[in-house]
Amino acid sequence: MSATSTTILNLPDQSTATLPKKNYINNEHGLLSWLLTGDHKRIAILYLISITFFFFIGGAFAGLIRLELLTPQPDLVASDTYNKFFTMHGIIMIFLFLVPSVPATLGNFLIPIMLGAKDLAFPKINLLSWYLYMAGGTFTLAALVLGGVDTGWTFTTPLSTHYLNTHVITAATAIFIAGFSSIFTGLNFIVTIHRMRAPGMTWFRMPLFVWSNYAASILMVLGTPVLAIAIVLVALERTFGIGVFDPTKGGDPLLFQHLFWFYSHPAVYIMILPGMGVISEVISTFSRKRVFGYTAVAFSSVAIALFGFFVWEHHMFIMGVSNYSALVFSLLTMLVAVPSAIKIFNWAFTLQQGSITFETPMLYAFGFMGLFTIGGLTGVFLGSLGMDIHLTETYFIVAHFHFVMVGGMLMAFLAGIHFWWPKMTGRMYPESLSKLAAVITFIGFNLTFLPQFILGYLGMPRRYHAYPPEYQVLNVLSTAGATVLGVGYLLPMLYLAWSLKYGAIAGNNPWQATGLEWQIQSPPLTENFIEIPIVDHEAYDYEWLEHKTKHEVTTVG
Amino acid sequence: MTHPHTHETAVPAEHHHVALPQHRHHFETEEQQREAGSFGMWLFLLTEIMFFGGMFFAYLLYRNWYYDAFVVASNQLSIPLGATNTVILIGSGFFMALGVWAAEVKKKGLLVLFLILTTLLGVAFLGIKGVEYHEKWEKHHIPGAHFDVSEFVNPHAYGLHEEPLSPDMAQKTQIFFFLYFAMTGMHAFHMIIGIVLLFWLTWRAHAGDFSKGYVAPIENFGLYWHFVDIVWLFLFPLLYLINRHPL
Repeated sequence: MSATSTTILNLPDQSTATLPKKNYINNEHGLLSWLLTGDHKRIAILYLISITFFFFIGGAFAGLIRLELLTPQPDLVASDTYNKFFTMHGIIMIFLFLVPSVPATLGNFLIPIMLGAKDLAFPKINLLSWYLYMAGGTFTLAALVLGGVDTGWTFTTPLSTHYLNTHVITAATAIFIAGFSSIFTGLNFIVTIHRMRAPGMTWFRMPLFVWSNYAASILMVLGTPVLAIAIVLVALERTFGIGVFDPTKGGDPLLFQHLFWFYSHPAVYIMILPGMGVISEVISTFSRKRVFGYTAVAFSSVAIALFGFFVWEHHMFIMGVSNYSALVFSLLTMLVAVPSAIKIFNWAFTLQQGSITFETPMLYAFGFMGLFTIGGLTGVFLGSLGMDIHLTETYFIVAHFHFVMVGGMLMAFLAGIHFWWPKMTGRMYPESLSKLAAVITFIGFNLTFLPQFILGYLGMPRRYHAYPPEYQVLNVLSTAGATVLGVGYLLPMLYLAWSLKYGAIAGNNPWQATGLEWQIQSPPLTENFIEIPIVDHEAYDYEWLEHKTKHEVTTVG
Repeated sequence: MTHPHTHETAVPAEHHHVALPQHRHHFETEEQQREAGSFGMWLFLLTEIMFFGGMFFAYLLYRNWYYDAFVVASNQLSIPLGATNTVILIGSGFFMALGVWAAEVKKKGLLVLFLILTTLLGVAFLGIKGVEYHEKWEKHHIPGAHFDVSEFVNPHAYGLHEEPLSPDMAQKTQIFFFLYFAMTGMHAFHMIIGIVLLFWLTWRAHAGDFSKGYVAPIENFGLYWHFVDIVWLFLFPLLYLINRHPL
C-alpha cells in the first residue's frame, strides 16, 4: 500500500492492526446462522458467493462461444447447440450476474453502513430476495441441465412462443422469480435510504454510491414488474396458444417487444448505475478530493434513471415501428449521453490536481472510464437512425454492449470488490498480483472486443456460428483476447480466496477514506455501529478526516 | 465551508425507548419502523401497478385495433354479476377500513369480526367470479382450440336487427377473452393471496397481537386489499361497460 503519500495524514499503523475479536463473521456459527441470517452483511456475502458461481458458469459459455468462432466452419457444435450457448450465456450473465452484481453484494453490505443505519429496513425481505435469487438460479440450471433454451436472452416472440421445443417456460420461470428478487432489493434500498439515514445524514451528504444505487432501485421497482407480466404472457401464450403476441390470431409481436424492452432497456442502467457509484467512491478516495460537481453527479444518476424509461424503442428501429416515433426515441436516446457525460467529465475534473495514487481499485476505475466512454459513445452511433440500420444485429452491437457491461460494469464491480475487500473481510488482497490482474483484464478485454467493432462494421451478424473466411483473423484475435480475459478473472478469484487466510490485516481505514463505513472496525460488528453516528460533515470531506484522530475509531475486542 | 470538527456522538438515551415486543432492533424508534413499513407497502403497490400496467397497455392496443370484436365480446359479459361483484368488493374494502380503525382503537373483538366479514365478502366475490368463468366454459368462450365464435353477433345500436361480425373480426374476440381471463385471473389470484393473508391476520388478531397498539400489519394489509379493490374498479368498466355500445 502506498502509505507514503504526503497528503495522507494520520495513517493508522497497519503493522500493529489486529482483527477485532468480535465481528459479523464470527458473531454466530454454523451454516444455519448464515442461511437464516437477517444481517445485511452476511446476505451480501451469500450473494457474493452465488453470483460468483453463476458468473463462472456464464463465463464458461462465453468461452465455448469464442472457441466455436475460432474457425469459420461450424466444427465444435451444431447450430442449435450454439444457439443454446449464447442464450444461456446471456440469461445467466444478465439476470444472475449483472443485475444483482453491485447492488446485491456491495450495495447490501454498504448502504446501511454508509447511511449510519444498523441494517436495511426489511432484513427478512432482504433474505427472501436471496432465496428468490437462488430459486431463479436453480430454475436456470434446470433449464440448462434438461437441455437448454435457444431463444436468445430476449425471448423474442413468436420464436419463443411457437417455433421452439426447448425449455422456454423453465427459463421464463427463472427470470420471473429472479425479477422479484431484484424488486425486493430495490424496494429495500429505497425505503432504507428514505427512512433509515442517521441524524445529520442529509440527502446531499450521502455518498454518491448511495445515490446511484437509489437511482438503480427506482428502475428495479418500476421496470421489473413489466418484464414479469411480459414473461407471464409469453408463458400463457406458449401453454394455451392464446394469440396475444401471435400475428396469425390478430396478436402483435411488437407488443411483446415493447413490454420486454420497457424493462430491458432500463435494466441496462440497473446494471451500470451502481457501478458508476463505485467509481465515484474509488476516484475520490485515490485522488484525495471531493468528487467534482457532487450535486451534478448525484442528479445525473437520477436523470439517467428517468431518461432510461423513455428510450426503449431504439431496440426496435428495424422492426417496423413508425418513423416518427423512431425519430423521437432516437433523440431521447442521445439525451441519455448527457448525464453519462456529466459523470465522466466530473470524474476527470476530480482527478485534476488530485493527489492520485494507483492502487488496484483505481486501476480498475481508470479501465472503467476509458471503456465505458467507448461503450457509451458507440451507443450514440446505434441510437442514430441511419447508423442503426447498418449496425444493428451485427457484432458492432455485441461489442458495444460488452464495452458497457463488461468493460464498464465488470471493471466497476472488481474495483468495488478490491476497494471494500479489506472492510468486508478485514484483510488486504495481495497488491502487486491484483495490479497485474487489473492490467491483464484490461488488455484481454480490449483484445476480445475491439476486433468485434470492426467485424460488426464489416457486416458479421451476431448469433451465427459460421462466417466467411475473411473474418477469421479478427475472430482469432477476439478468441485469444477472451483467453487472456479469462485469466484476468480467475486471478482475483484465487488470490482473494488466498487472502481470506493469509492476507495482511487491513485495519479500519486502510485507504484513509472518508465514508462512514471506513470509520468503523473491519470486519464490522453485526449492528455496524456501537452508537448511531451523528453526521456533521459532507461526503468526501478529507479535511474533516484529517482532524479526526485515530483514537476515535470504534473497535470492539 | 466551516467544519465544527465534532465527532460522532451518541444519540441521547431517551431515543432508545423500546416499548413493544414487535419493535425490531435496527429501527431507532417505533415511529421509524411504522413509517418504513408503510412506505415499503406503497412502493410494493407501485410495482403492482406496473405489473397490471402491462396488461392494461395490451388492452388499450387491442381495443383500438379490434373495436368491433371488443364490442360483441363485451356484450357476452353479465353486467348484473359484474355489478354485484363490484358492490361486494367495495363492501369488503369498507369492512377492511373498519378493521384498521378497530385495531387502532384497540378493540380486539371488533377487529376479528371485521376481518371475518372482509374475508367472507372476498370469498363471495371469488364465488361469483367462478360462476362467470363456468358460464364462459359452457359457451366455449375460453380462448384456445375449443373457442367458438358462433354467438358473436353485432348488436345494433337501436336493437332493430343483429348482424354477424365478419369471420375475421369474430376470431379477434379471442384476444378480448384472453385479456379478460388474464386480467380478472391475475386480479383473482391477488385476492386469493389476500384471503390467505386474511386467515393468518384473523388468527393473529384473535390471539390479541394487534390490540395493544401494534397495528402495522393490519394497516399495510389494508393498503394491499384496497389496491386489489381499485384494480377491479378499473377492470369492471373496461371489460363490462364501456364497449357495450356499437359505434
